[in-house]
Amino acid sequence: MNKPALADGALTPTDWTSPAMVARIRQRYAREARFKAMGLVALVISALFLAFLLYSIAGNGLTGFQSTEIRLNVAFKPEALGITAADLAGPDAEDRLRQADYGLIGGDALIARFPEVTDPGDQMDLEELLSPGTAAYLRETLVDNPALLGKSITLWVPAATDVDMLNKGQIDADLPALERGISDRMLGYYRQLKADGDIRTSFNTRFFTAADSRDPELAAIWGATMGSLLTLFVTLLISFPVGVLAAVYLEEYAPKNRLTDFIEVNINNLAAVPSIIFGLLGLAVFLGTFGMQRSAPVVGGLTLALMTLPTIVIASRVAIKAVPPSIRDAARGIGASPLQVVFHHVVPLALPGIMTGTIIGMARALGETAPLLMIGMRAFVVDVPASLTDPATVLPVQVFLWSDSVERGFVEKTSAAIIVLMVFLLMMNALAIYLRQKFERRW
Amino acid sequence: MTAVFLMLLGLAALSFVLARGRASRFADGDYRAVHSRPGYHGWHSALWALVPPLALLLGWALFGQSYIEPAVLASVPAPDRPEAGMATQMFLNEVRSLADGSTEASFTPGVTEAARVYATLGARANMVVGGLALALGGLGLAYAFVQVKPQFRARTRVEQFVMGLLIAASIVAILTTLGILLSLLFESFRFFEKVSPLEFLFGTNWSPQTAIRADQVGSSGAFGAVPLFWGTLFITLIAMLVAVPLGLMAAIYLNQYASPLVRKWLKPILEVLAGVPTVVYGFFAALTVAPAVREFAQAIGIEGASSESALAAGLVMGVMIIPFMSSLSDDAITAVPQAMKDGSLALGATPSETIKKVLIPAALPGIVGGFLLAVSRAVGETMIVVMAAGLAANLTVNPFESVTTVTTQIVALLTGDQEFDSAKTLSAFALGLVLFLVTLSLNVYALRVVKKYREAYE
Repeated sequence: MNKPALADGALTPTDWTSPAMVARIRQRYAREARFKAMGLVALVISALFLAFLLYSIAGNGLTGFQSTEIRLNVAFKPEALGITAADLAGPDAEDRLRQADYGLIGGDALIARFPEVTDPGDQMDLEELLSPGTAAYLRETLVDNPALLGKSITLWVPAATDVDMLNKGQIDADLPALERGISDRMLGYYRQLKADGDIRTSFNTRFFTAADSRDPELAAIWGATMGSLLTLFVTLLISFPVGVLAAVYLEEYAPKNRLTDFIEVNINNLAAVPSIIFGLLGLAVFLGTFGMQRSAPVVGGLTLALMTLPTIVIASRVAIKAVPPSIRDAARGIGASPLQVVFHHVVPLALPGIMTGTIIGMARALGETAPLLMIGMRAFVVDVPASLTDPATVLPVQVFLWSDSVERGFVEKTSAAIIVLMVFLLMMNALAIYLRQKFERRW
Repeated sequence: MTAVFLMLLGLAALSFVLARGRASRFADGDYRAVHSRPGYHGWHSALWALVPPLALLLGWALFGQSYIEPAVLASVPAPDRPEAGMATQMFLNEVRSLADGSTEASFTPGVTEAARVYATLGARANMVVGGLALALGGLGLAYAFVQVKPQFRARTRVEQFVMGLLIAASIVAILTTLGILLSLLFESFRFFEKVSPLEFLFGTNWSPQTAIRADQVGSSGAFGAVPLFWGTLFITLIAMLVAVPLGLMAAIYLNQYASPLVRKWLKPILEVLAGVPTVVYGFFAALTVAPAVREFAQAIGIEGASSESALAAGLVMGVMIIPFMSSLSDDAITAVPQAMKDGSLALGATPSETIKKVLIPAALPGIVGGFLLAVSRAVGETMIVVMAAGLAANLTVNPFESVTTVTTQIVALLTGDQEFDSAKTLSAFALGLVLFLVTLSLNVYALRVVKKYREAYE
């Protein structure tokens, strides 16, 4: 073939076999591969971060579901409790039992367990092995079974935080006493108990049945979970009907005018307003102007409802828009009024989409912390809230409060609370995905 | 009040049953001459029995206090009567909590007697209002029952009511925006009465603790917010440096390269990342990332590395924003017409050249809109910075030092003990106003860009 040569002897630029072209193509393909790899790397970095996050939370938190207990031979001596057998015969026997002094008998039992410790100061150290919750535990035991009065019984009672941490290996026993924050003598007691099989680890049922506490080994999340449920109940009760009605109006009836445009702009903007602003709104309006109660789930629920509303409106509009016009025309054709068309036909068909959007909005509300801090739902609450006006806290705020504590026992509790929160979120999202796949119709 | 409420519900149910029963006897089930089906008559009269009394109760709940409180104050003997303004409010608060039993006793003179007056007055008023509400419900029931006639347009009436409900539900969004704006403006205005806006916006010294004693150190009560704005900007910048490249590349890979199988397995990762609550990111940042960043800084010999560094907060915030950035970029790239891509590939461009020279320029407005929304999110993000960034207001460009942000300060100022009148508390609302205006303008602009861009290709 007759190829026109260029000045430097190279072939034309379109010759695919020329060395320059081959090099250029190779370079372009290398660039292609690099670019593709960069995309994959970006995804892998995100995945690694997620894995690292989950791993670190799980690694820290799984031990939070366990508690350490000490076996004690407790004697319910009436004289130590400050009650007599005669009290039990009276009509207010249970009150007498409740008001008795249980502060000493746990420690006494432990002192009896170590007869060689005689110095009062050392005996005080010994009592420090027990959790401050021991007294309450013994009280419940005796109130449940008054026949134990005057008898001895072998019980597993909760251990103090330091013992708990030591038993879970979160305090390194090989460190010098000052660094590990637990004295050599206490360590000796612990080792002796452990060697005798008087220390065990068991599932921490208290964690799921009680409320917050200042002592990490007693701190529990049922109170915060209840608070979250009550708050979400209020949120759902308000944001779901209002959101769906607003979506129906905007999608089906709203005339094209400036007011409608203004409402739409407002909803889209509210969806992107930082959540803490809603907290300020709740603080100024619900607490300030209306004088509602601080820390109450009803106020938290109202605040979160305003925050969730745009999410529900937007999702519901998408779902309503997806219902084909033929449905509306058919219903109109057989004489349904505009309202009957929508509420008898369109909304039921759009319901799976609306539900999915609502659940996702609720999941967001469940994980929200900042606005609830503003309206005082960060109170230290030792009772499980029972009504919408009781002071309460919620799961994410509990996580925040515990993460702020200095006691090292709270690290595992924080992580354990996060695990519980994430399990709730996962269940809600799984439900949303299930609903979407089971009921979604493509027309 | 609960009893009244339940009785009203019962009344409404009764009204429904009565009216429906009467309507269903028209023409022995032949409805051709009847305008509305019996159910609509039922709903119509249920609404008449329920809505007017509920409106009355709501009005009482909102404005009843302004009727009772002057009467209570008037009953207090003159020497114990509090002065107008804050003192009165505090006095009434005490009276209220004593009357509803949330406090046991009060030591302010006059409160105990006032609480008794308050309780009796309140009980009497509740009785009267409850009775009035029930009477109103009964009247409504009677009126609606008389209206039940074959030609009565009950359906139209009910539908008008529902339509009103629909419009009211849509107005809630406007009311929310209005509520945010008004409450922020009102409280900020009170703040700017105490501190000049110029000092707030351009001052470089932030130390909101007002001195309790005159000689106290470090409690000047200075409200120069520039260090907070800088801290917010700095952390946002770090976050965007993480989120934009990673989010964009992840979106491109998922959208253009990934096989359906890979997409099916990798996309949920981003969705899970998006679903993690921010408080969890904050805990992770404070517990794991921040110490690691500090150790790294010490290892490369940087002095003064803080355990609450801007870098740690920014990094974690960036990861939080990756899914947001990625899904918005994904949408933008998907919206580019297939013909543009096909044309580029047909000319011999490699896929990466097509992406870089055709798809991304074409999708740029959408990507920029997403970027602005992501910035607005980073600026307003609270928990990560509260937990991982510090409270020290530093003007620094060293990412290993501690900075503070607008949201961190709002939380710090409004938690703990607070009086509603101090400049310290009010400054949180001024910060909130700035935050709201900045994010609002970002959102409005970004949403407009995204919308315009979408229309361009539709």
